[in-house]
Amino acid sequence: MKHVTEPAYVRWSLIAVAFLFLGLFLILPLIAVFTEAFKQGADVFFAAISDPETLSAVKLTLLVAAISVPLNVTFGVAAAWAIAKFSFRGKNVLLTLIDLPFAVSPVIAGLIFVLLFGSEGIAAPLLATLDLKIIFAVPGIVLATTFVTFPFVARELIPVMEAQGKDEEEAAVSLGASGWKTFWRVTLPNVKWGILYGVILCNARAMGEFGAVSVVSGHIRGMTNTLPLHVEILYNEYQFAAAFSVATLLAVLALVTLVVKSVIEWKTERQFEVEEEYHFDVSGERAG
Amino acid sequence: MSIEVVNISKTYKNFTALQNVNLHIPEGELVALLGPSGSGKTTLLRLIAGLEQAQQGSILFNGEDNTNRDVRERQVGFVFQHYALFRHMTIFDNIAFGLTVRPRKTRPSKAEIREKVHSLLRLVQLEGLAHRYPSQLSGGQRQRVALARALAVEPKFLLLDEPFGALDTKVRQELRRWLRHLHGKLGLTILFVTHDQEEAMELADRVVVMNEGRVEQVGTPEEIYHKPANPFVYSFLGRVNLFHGRIQDGRIKLGEAEFEAEHAHFDGPAVGYMRPHDVEVSLHPPKSSATTAVRAQIERITPLGPFVRLELKRLDTKEVFEAEMSRQRFLELNVVEGGLVYVTLHNVSIFVENAPAIKPTRVYVPQQVSI
Repeated sequence: MKHVTEPAYVRWSLIAVAFLFLGLFLILPLIAVFTEAFKQGADVFFAAISDPETLSAVKLTLLVAAISVPLNVTFGVAAAWAIAKFSFRGKNVLLTLIDLPFAVSPVIAGLIFVLLFGSEGIAAPLLATLDLKIIFAVPGIVLATTFVTFPFVARELIPVMEAQGKDEEEAAVSLGASGWKTFWRVTLPNVKWGILYGVILCNARAMGEFGAVSVVSGHIRGMTNTLPLHVEILYNEYQFAAAFSVATLLAVLALVTLVVKSVIEWKTERQFEVEEEYHFDVSGERAG
Repeated sequence: MSIEVVNISKTYKNFTALQNVNLHIPEGELVALLGPSGSGKTTLLRLIAGLEQAQQGSILFNGEDNTNRDVRERQVGFVFQHYALFRHMTIFDNIAFGLTVRPRKTRPSKAEIREKVHSLLRLVQLEGLAHRYPSQLSGGQRQRVALARALAVEPKFLLLDEPFGALDTKVRQELRRWLRHLHGKLGLTILFVTHDQEEAMELADRVVVMNEGRVEQVGTPEEIYHKPANPFVYSFLGRVNLFHGRIQDGRIKLGEAEFEAEHAHFDGPAVGYMRPHDVEVSLHPPKSSATTAVRAQIERITPLGPFVRLELKRLDTKEVFEAEMSRQRFLELNVVEGGLVYVTLHNVSIFVENAPAIKPTRVYVPQQVSI
């Protein structure tokens, strides 16, 4: 195939501009994080990341992700299934609601929970009688993180499921499969890459979330401090090397996420290509 | 197993898909649901399978009411238009699906399932492809896998939605022949949907012609082609010529051609329908005085392999119509475009529109006459 093309110098300067921009705003900061972290030697770096407070922040971050990601996968799959395979009243309302966390600033999201569950909040008397603490405690962090990350899986799955249509499910049902079996054996395997992609994005955001968590956490060291909050505290205390050392953990997480994401994209693309072929055959041969 | 559809109606939001449909499909027959797109044929098929629910009416299998039964309990083999094979499963797993999803109590053993799948693969002539994926098969092969998958659960009958619609002509021909053979071998009741009249005529024992959510006619291919019940069926099955005229004083007048109308005891506009191959073209007026020949001019000659189609214009009414004849006959006539010929109209069916002022419904009087 012959492409309509611009002269070589235009192409090269466009590519150069793109790379320059990315280098300046993405690569350079990343390098800066690592150089700053190791500026005072590997000893300081390892001391910073093996500090008990850092370790507790890592633990809390992992715990929060371990709760909110499965919750959002369950919710996301259920919502995507309902939206893509059934028609019902209020479908558009549900779609809009799913997007809400993307539209709302994370700080506002955090404040919502403070207003609901804080010491002056609506649910405060109830929480007091039950002797439950949500704000400035782990449950609040989990709630805020779950709220902020809940669109990822659903948003990823809805287009995939809609594109696949209902044919295979109908075929399964006509062959006697129960709704549950149809879901496990037909619907779910067809969207497994989509789910994984959603999980990766959801996880990255859950571990990296700052705004909403910052509002509800209370920054109690060793108790309610997640990794991003810990970085901020260290930085504010002028412990730059330690702050950057902890930041490298988040940077590595981002890099791993990118690699996994590219692998999944490559996989789904291949699956998509095969399907394209499949559909081309089917519709391409339609002579009427 | 026989299928009985009683007074079924189905409406979507603002669209009537089926209107008071009644249909009886006897056991062991190969039946075609034929109609243009939007005629409700696929909806009817899905209703019988239980994939849709009707607002009114009932569906019986062998006299047993199945109207409110779930798809899963109806034990119907359904083959989808685009096959709907499970793309992440091998051909083996696709065919075995209906057996492996059964509850443990009724599920056959692994060895039994394997044997069943392999015998079905033999039946659909796809041995050796068990471990391929659907995307690695051709359209015709996928179609046969879909059939094998439906047959694996030993259905009461088979329902096929546009089974050959997505295939090229040659594969379609082969599969038709194969399906006919399979039907003979299994003796299963098969109901299939098609918009291709040739396919319906070639395959089916009985054809159900549908239009706008209604059944227009049910009959053998011979009956619906040669004795169409109404103008729709007439024009849907093959090419047709229309002549507009009147019924007056018990006589039918189509331009200069005029003849006795046996059953027409009223006056009004009438339309004559006839097939292009029933138009007899000659260079001289026929000697027999019993038939009236009409003069016509040849507008266009189209050779179509074994036969030739002439586009003609009547000199009396200026109506344009077609005649088809064998190549042999065409060479004998030795005519050219613009030439004048005599045509005799055989087997004209007259359909009368009743005076609309009295009754809005149309009454058709089918008559087979020669002018």
